[in-house]
Amino acid sequence: MENLLVIAVGAIFVNNFVLSRFLGLCPFFGVSRKTSGAIGMGLAVIFVMTCASAITWPIYTYLLRPFNIEFMKIVIFILVIATFVQLIEMVIRRYKPDLYGVLGIYLPLITTNCAVMGVALLNVEEGYSFIGSVVNGFSAGIGFTLALLLMSGIRERLEFANVPKSFQDLPIAFVSAALLALAFMAFSGMRL
Amino acid sequence: MKLDELTKGVFKQNPIFYLMLGLCPVLAVSTRVDNALGMGLCVFFVLVGSNVIISLFKHWIPSQVRIPCFIVVIASFVTLVDLIMHGYAPELHERLGIYLPLIVVNCIILGRAEAFASRKSVFHSFLDGVGMSIGFTLGIVGIAICRETLSTGKIAIFDCTIVPTFTQSPSVMMTLPPGAFLTIAVIMAMIKYKDIRKEGR
Repeated sequence: MENLLVIAVGAIFVNNFVLSRFLGLCPFFGVSRKTSGAIGMGLAVIFVMTCASAITWPIYTYLLRPFNIEFMKIVIFILVIATFVQLIEMVIRRYKPDLYGVLGIYLPLITTNCAVMGVALLNVEEGYSFIGSVVNGFSAGIGFTLALLLMSGIRERLEFANVPKSFQDLPIAFVSAALLALAFMAFSGMRL
Repeated sequence: MKLDELTKGVFKQNPIFYLMLGLCPVLAVSTRVDNALGMGLCVFFVLVGSNVIISLFKHWIPSQVRIPCFIVVIASFVTLVDLIMHGYAPELHERLGIYLPLIVVNCIILGRAEAFASRKSVFHSFLDGVGMSIGFTLGIVGIAICRETLSTGKIAIFDCTIVPTFTQSPSVMMTLPPGAFLTIAVIMAMIKYKDIRKEGR
């Protein structure tokens, strides 16, 4: 039985998906201009990553492994995740229109977010149990949201800063990300 | 002009620096030059293959379900590359790790399929795929050269030293995540500086 706390702290801080594994960079730079957008995107990612971990684990364990077709995991996982995101979008639009207003526009973007696919592949690679996979997916989503919120806060302040012309917009965002990653490096000294 | 399709991916629309696509593997794998070359080769194979197949079948794919069809084609090519690498270059396969299967969600490949291959002829899509992947490889290798020289003080491709050690105290930070963000920030700022100068003239 693996230690769930170790998985959670590892996924949120030590191996933060954005800042140390470089997964999900497109939304990280694309949606982090405003804090309000960052919150919506973060919530959508937490939700999808948790569910994706919960769905891909049984498929891998009970469908792919008994038939020895583990090599099909890339094709199967991407299809399952894409279908699932579409399904959630339809369900939310039908039953929870106000939630759809918050999450709606971010859901289609998530299909091609490598963080979701990454968490499914990592769960398989690390050999987590079902609970471990779900906890890993949930905390990876939390870690992503944390990084996104920190980044959007920094970028909102940067609007008022006097940045050299060639560093404006994206280059300065990358420099801030570098400093943020440097701060998160401190967690890698933690003994779990 | 046919040559245009080839060169636009390398310079004018470089996928990394101008289109900002597919950054995740670029930053993660560019710690060493040989890893970057391997990644570039994989992307080359997948991008050219999927571009050709998708433009061959573009008249038969209904537009409502085109994205799932593209994804299946791309995922099959990625699986192929994954298995070939596992068989013939197990060491490189190990080092690329999770980023090799993640080519399937790389925005460059789906983006080119959607924006180019599903509209143009087979030959043009082939040229576009070749150009885009050369641009991608140049970008990722360029970043890797900066990071490897600064972090180890030398460049070694597959155990053969190309640039000998020139410093005794290299900066280890450049191999770590902050170095990746910093390198790409400086390169992008340099490109932007060049563009601003050009406009001003």
